[in-house]
Amino acid sequence: MFARLVYESFRRQKRRKLLAGAAITLGVTVTTAMIAVATDIGDKINRELRTIGANLLITPQEDTLDVEIGGINLKPPGDGAFLNEADLPKIKGTFWHNNITGFTPMLPVNVTLQRNGQTEDLTLLGTYFAKQVSFGKEEFTTGVRSTHPWWKVAGVWPDDGSRDVLLGERLATRLSAKPGDEVRVSGRRLRVSGVLSTGSSEDDQLVAPIALAQEILGRPGAVRRVYVSALTKPEDAFARRDPRSMSGPVYDRWYCSPYAQSIAFQLQEAIPHSHAEQIRQVAQNEGAVLTRIEGLIFLITLAALFASALAVSAAMATAIFERRAEVGLMKALGAGRLAVASIFFAEATLLALIGGCVGFAAGGLLARQIGRSIFNSQITIPPVLLPVILAIAVMVTFTGSAAAIRKAVRLDPVFALRGEL
Amino acid sequence: MTENLSHSEARSAQEVAVSRALSPHSSMFLRMLVRAAVLRRGRALSALFAMVVAAAVATAMLNLYVDVQAKLRREFRNYGANIILVGKGGASLPAGALPQVESVLAGRGVVAPFALVVARTSDGQPIVVAGTDFDRVRQLDRWWSVSNWPSPVPTSRAEDAREMGHPALVGVRALSVVSPKSQPFDLNFQGHTIHLTPAGTVRTGAAEDSRIYLPLADFVAWTGVQGSTIEVAATGSPEEITAIMHQLQLAIPAADVRPVRQIMEGEARVLGKTRATLLASAVLIILTAALCVLATLMGWVFDRRRGRSPGRGRRGDWIRSRYRHRSLDWPG
Repeated sequence: MFARLVYESFRRQKRRKLLAGAAITLGVTVTTAMIAVATDIGDKINRELRTIGANLLITPQEDTLDVEIGGINLKPPGDGAFLNEADLPKIKGTFWHNNITGFTPMLPVNVTLQRNGQTEDLTLLGTYFAKQVSFGKEEFTTGVRSTHPWWKVAGVWPDDGSRDVLLGERLATRLSAKPGDEVRVSGRRLRVSGVLSTGSSEDDQLVAPIALAQEILGRPGAVRRVYVSALTKPEDAFARRDPRSMSGPVYDRWYCSPYAQSIAFQLQEAIPHSHAEQIRQVAQNEGAVLTRIEGLIFLITLAALFASALAVSAAMATAIFERRAEVGLMKALGAGRLAVASIFFAEATLLALIGGCVGFAAGGLLARQIGRSIFNSQITIPPVLLPVILAIAVMVTFTGSAAAIRKAVRLDPVFALRGEL
Repeated sequence: MTENLSHSEARSAQEVAVSRALSPHSSMFLRMLVRAAVLRRGRALSALFAMVVAAAVATAMLNLYVDVQAKLRREFRNYGANIILVGKGGASLPAGALPQVESVLAGRGVVAPFALVVARTSDGQPIVVAGTDFDRVRQLDRWWSVSNWPSPVPTSRAEDAREMGHPALVGVRALSVVSPKSQPFDLNFQGHTIHLTPAGTVRTGAAEDSRIYLPLADFVAWTGVQGSTIEVAATGSPEEITAIMHQLQLAIPAADVRPVRQIMEGEARVLGKTRATLLASAVLIILTAALCVLATLMGWVFDRRRGRSPGRGRRGDWIRSRYRHRSLDWPG
């Protein structure tokens, strides 16, 4: 009888059920989409923050001091220590390799530029542009094009295996050189493939594939420093602790948290004779920006949840309010309060489950759309979230209906049947 | 009251009709509205509540949307300078450049001057030494991790300073070269020697770690080299910053004004994405809030459509009250 009552109620009042169901579906859609966006926004913004540049720097452990003013390297060539280029792919073998979005080695060398019978001392910076690197079975592309996205080239980027160079913007203006020209650098004829604009010291330099710089320096495989771009967790007091003073489990927890410090520590372990450190200008500030944006989205998610709950409550209250005459009839036929309430609650649960499932799917699509149009990447919803969302939907529907149901079961059948309410 | 009644009775039916026709029509409309609200207090209140909440949520969202830009811009200024002024062709900036930059900015940012030379340590190693204004750097480069900022030496103790050494801020990597035991050390620049004492260390993870920083006045007195770089962290929208750069170029023609593209582009990207996400969320939330109002109003309309006018409702009230009164006597 109970099941039949509920079934008939759905069959005969399709329009009303559709209305209430639509409200629940919409509410759940918004909730799901917002939760999906909120859980993923940290990662997405973190990736956007990587456009500000690398946040970790690896240097040789026993290096002499950098002597560089205004992009001109005054350090004697060959002085100081170098890292080995062959060690670099090991960066992708560290514990947090999935958090490392790219790395770029740099090797500045001093060169002389001959032009129209004049010579000029310059810095040639050897680097990766978009180099194919493999570690184990993993293949990936890395270089300045991913770690230094603000570098702009008029012309074409040189190939990493080529002997083409980029001219810094100011240098190109001074030499009145353009892409396609040839320059004589330390006795070599090199083709200029493009003009580079970075807004900093590279504008006065030559930038070339690292192999060329190593050849000029006469040290194959040498790398002066490596910029690493990693997705990190905002720093807290725990992150700043010294790993050497930690006991086993605490150390494991520190080691397995993606703090800039612990990733630097792992990089240092991976690359022999190296010293890795966070670039504080980038690493410190991104934590602050990230925390603020995450806080903001959290607030908005709360607002979305609240608005959805309110909408569902309002729709449910309206749906029940309309059916007072029915309640009167049921009560006149001898139904107790419990029976009436349980019918309403059963209907609410059913509506919540159906609306919840449809809303979850729609919310997933919506979140994907938001991810694709704003971040050019997917926002996926873990299916684990479905029971949580359904539970929220049922709870909100119940709370929304509770007041109306309470009113309905208290109804005196006489008034309801006389149509005087 | 009786007088009034008798007066109206005295009027002819025609007069009554005329007066009714002339009386404002809105009165009936208002009466219905007020009655409806009074008689269905709960319903009206819930509709009002829904609307207030919807309006509040919508306002909060729009507010947040506008406010977030300002908040995030402030956060991004902690990344330091977004404009750099350097002397054209590597020359020093004119002496009055700093006050000029400040007057152009008019409080819309932080400015710090820098001067750089390569000096030699007592054993002949080259090292970059910079002169700057520590108070300004503290505000501009907040990410500098400094153990202790050198405090200026009062003029009365200038003699002591010469003996003890001028306080300097030493980069962590430079410290191990010049003063591994934090002892005072000498630096040499073109035959002039300065006696320094490490007052604190700076760690940034970048070029600053291999440098030594001095107060600009000590630096100029020692090397005779004037400031060559001014770093500016200007606040405002991209358009405002472009305008500031233009004004700076006009005010100081001897300087090359460059944007720090790395910071400006990153900021624009993150801000744009955050705003887009916020806008999408705001639209969703406002839609939901509108749905809430719609559901409430729809309930109200359904209710009214049944033809239960306020008048009938009133009769119902009356019957109900009578009935309820009687039901008290009934057993059970």
